[in-house]
Amino acid sequence: MIETIIFYVFAVATVTSACAVVTVRNPVHAALFLVLTFFTSAVIWMTLEAEFLAISLVLVYVGAVMVLFIFVVMMLDINVARMREGFVRYLPLGLAVAVIMLLMMLSVVTSDVFVMEVGSEPVAKAAGYSNTKALGAVLYTDSVFAFEIAAVILLVAIIAAISLTLRKRGKTKYQSPSAQIAVRKADRLRIVKMPSSED
Amino acid sequence: MMMLTLSHYLILAAVLFSISIAGIVINRKNIIILLMSIELMLLSVNLNFLAFSHYLDDIAGQVFVFFILTVAAAEAAIGLAILVVLFRNRGSINVEDIKELKW
Repeated sequence: MIETIIFYVFAVATVTSACAVVTVRNPVHAALFLVLTFFTSAVIWMTLEAEFLAISLVLVYVGAVMVLFIFVVMMLDINVARMREGFVRYLPLGLAVAVIMLLMMLSVVTSDVFVMEVGSEPVAKAAGYSNTKALGAVLYTDSVFAFEIAAVILLVAIIAAISLTLRKRGKTKYQSPSAQIAVRKADRLRIVKMPSSED
Repeated sequence: MMMLTLSHYLILAAVLFSISIAGIVINRKNIIILLMSIELMLLSVNLNFLAFSHYLDDIAGQVFVFFILTVAAAEAAIGLAILVVLFRNRGSINVEDIKELKW
């Protein structure tokens, strides 16, 4: 019963903040509403007993991806007025497409195919059950190849992001440590023999 | 007493997906909101995977969600990097200004 109440409260919060993401004027506000959407979704994932993924949703999305979004939104000088052009014009079309898709998907998910039989509800896990352990047991055995590929994808993403945004500025002055270390006394200092002026 | 069923989660995921579709259509000038809508779509797909994983008692759905999270993080990082480079070269990230393949 308490799970049903939690589900409804957070489902309403998720849908409301998702609507706010696509309608607010300011991209920074949109990013912050998306953070709220991820938090409330994490709670809904908790009700599905996916604790590890709920925590990693908060850590990965809110902690990394959304910080990246907010960083980029604030770094770029965005002309909000130009961005909003056509918002009202495309609103009816967008709503029509969304409602049609929603009706199609609802007609599928509320059909008899996905209705559970009575008595086939998932049983609650035992007290010592660890979702993280169960996920890790599958991840490191059955799908270890996919896991390695995911690691390679992340590495490619790191290299791609760095090589895209790295640039050499022509005018900046910077140290060259190897040249500094390799310098010898003879390169910098010249001893000149001069006659003393006392003579 | 109302029990939570699979349909609850599937309907919520369908609603989230439709909202992000609407967001893509009505915010077609703003590439940042477009990227955020794609993230919302991935979230609703993940919700479907987790719902089926829970109600069919099969952890493979959670493994899928794990990989989708990984790929989505990589996608967001590269997409935002491209956006930064685009803004540096063009001084604008309006979708209408991105119509040439080469400049």
